[in-house]
Amino acid sequence: MKIIVCVSLVPDTTTKIKISDSKKSIDEAGVSFVINPYDEFAVEEAVQLKEKNGGDVTAISFGTDKYKEAIKKAFQMGADTGILIKSDEAFDSFTVAKNLADAIKELNPDIILFGKQSIDFDGSQIPSMVGELLNIPSVNVVTKLEINGDKATAEREIEGGKEIIEAKLPVIIGTQKGINNPRYPNLKSIMASKSKLIAEKPPTYTGNKSEVTEMHLPRAKSKGKILSDGAASVPELVKLLREEAKVV
Amino acid sequence: MANKILAYIEAKDNKFRNSAFEVISEAKKLSDALGCEFDVLTISDAGSDELNNLGAYGAKKVKVAGLDALNGIYGNEIKFSHTAFAKVVSETAAGGGYNIIVLSATTFGKEISPSIAVRTDSALCPDCVDVRINDGVITATRPVYAGKSYVNIKFNSDKILLTLRPNVFKAIKGNPVNPEIEKIDINSLNISAADFRTIVKEVVIASEKLDVAEADRIVSGGRGLRGPEHFNLVENLAASIGAATGASRAVVDAGWRPHSEQVGQTGKTVSPSLYIACGISGAIQHLAGMSTSKCIVAINKDKDAPIFQVADYGIVGDVFEILPVLTEEFNKLT
Ligand SMILES: Cc1cc2nc3c(=O)[nH]c(=O)nc-3n(C[C@H](O)[C@H](O)[C@H](O)COP(=O)(O)OP(=O)(O)OC[C@H]3O[C@@H](n4cnc5c(N)ncnc54)[C@H](O)[C@@H]3O)c2cc1C
Ligand SMILES: Nc1ncnc2c1ncn2[C@@H]1O[C@H](COP(=O)(O)O)[C@@H](O)[C@H]1O
Repeated sequence: MKIIVCVSLVPDTTTKIKISDSKKSIDEAGVSFVINPYDEFAVEEAVQLKEKNGGDVTAISFGTDKYKEAIKKAFQMGADTGILIKSDEAFDSFTVAKNLADAIKELNPDIILFGKQSIDFDGSQIPSMVGELLNIPSVNVVTKLEINGDKATAEREIEGGKEIIEAKLPVIIGTQKGINNPRYPNLKSIMASKSKLIAEKPPTYTGNKSEVTEMHLPRAKSKGKILSDGAASVPELVKLLREEAKVV
Repeated sequence: MANKILAYIEAKDNKFRNSAFEVISEAKKLSDALGCEFDVLTISDAGSDELNNLGAYGAKKVKVAGLDALNGIYGNEIKFSHTAFAKVVSETAAGGGYNIIVLSATTFGKEISPSIAVRTDSALCPDCVDVRINDGVITATRPVYAGKSYVNIKFNSDKILLTLRPNVFKAIKGNPVNPEIEKIDINSLNISAADFRTIVKEVVIASEKLDVAEADRIVSGGRGLRGPEHFNLVENLAASIGAATGASRAVVDAGWRPHSEQVGQTGKTVSPSLYIACGISGAIQHLAGMSTSKCIVAINKDKDAPIFQVADYGIVGDVFEILPVLTEEFNKLT
């Protein structure tokens, strides 16, 4: 089975966001970067599929040299080879999707795994864009996956329930929490990862359909009214909610 | 190029979701500002009452592609196919000369919008919380870094696709109009069985309970509740104001509550008009999912809990004492 997993690199979730001088991005000074948390579910699923069906796992990332860190994490979890599509330019989701699609096409995979969303720009766009570009099925926000011969059955989380979706391989799956428990790399897998190679490629497409003109922090809330008399404050709270906020 | 807007609206069991009215209202606002037309598209078998009701939000023309007719192209028993829906929207937009497409960023909208963007060669801005027009130029604002910051987006294309975060844009009723209903002949759209790349076989509704992602009021509980057996306090409070129940990740991970209730970075993103957080500390990842709520109420015994920094109202105190009294007071309201 030929398996591909697409991985991104993002600021750690506890990062306190500061805006850079350009006012178009965050100030990266002191920020620690990690593999996108959802992509860990994707890597885990990829490695489990390999363990069950044989084959190999290629991890692909699009971005600057730094993005190799995400591929290295995938190596530690069991991916076999890596490709960095190296770009130093700012990029939008379509540019990433187009470059990934071009790289994926050459490899002729059976299954391509993504995280459901990258937690920097929170787009949740790339899996389905790549599916459309390659004209193959894609299912995002997947909490359960079964592969049987050339058929995939996926459970997808929706508001208030789930959808059971079928598709023929090759298929794109975007993983959501719940699909598996990502493994912690052990010493042996960390040592083994050191000899794995990352191939570099130039982008096949540049040019953005949209750009950021300004980044700003949320408007500060005016200080809330915090009451401190415990249960005795309830009547006053209800009055405020009714008469001032008009929400009950 | 003259602008023309297509508002795609979602139906569930042939009834329109609240997000549909939000999308129509925003499309109308944009069309007024741009001085252009807007039309509505639905893929459903909604009845004429449902369709005519869209006129209340200013829809002058509603294009209807029948869901049964669409599924008929595939042949076998299916509920629907995301990829076939994406093709219907794309073909309708291309065929009718629509350069701006607006839909809701529901889980469904998020799944089909990237395909539509690729098919129609549009610039996509997902999850917008604000859309503005200045001198005929559109800019959109959307949250990034889990709501810890926002970006303004400009488009390098005159083909634009916007998805709107549910519950953020207002559904506005104006002077009602009688919409013209135009049935789309599905065979005119050049769709074949091969366009059904994904097949939804079944839709399972977890419970009849209102889902947090769709609720206009939410009461959430955290580790301060001390155990699953105390969540009836949260449920009773929710019931007293017709709210859905939510939870922090700590209590979901502990198995006290189902993942479907989790609010936050790895759970649902919500923006109800009222969010009551009970015994939740307000970790950054929790705030990521609910900080755009219109009115936030916090109940926590620790006056320094970070949740109070985003709260509009709050009580410092014990949830075990406060929740029953608050429930009782809410029950007294008419
Ligand atoms: C990658 C990542 C993703 C995450 N995603 C999410 C997410 O999606 N959603 C999420 O919620 N969290 C998420 N978290 C976890 C988050 O960091 C917090 O651990 C979690 O939100 C804490 O839950 P809590 O507020 O219920 O518990 P705690 O932080 O333990 O807070 C309990 C609160 O209850 C109060 N309390 C205790 N007893 C009482 C009482 N009797 N009366 C009143 N108040 C009382 C305490 O003062 C305290 O403030 C994520 C973390 C990571 C690392
Ligand atoms: N720069 C990137 N390189 C490789 N994969 C990416 C990149 N950005 C996003 N992805 C993948 O696409 C998924 C969804 O990302 P997004 O659409 O940006 O929310 C992520 O979870 C990754 O699997």
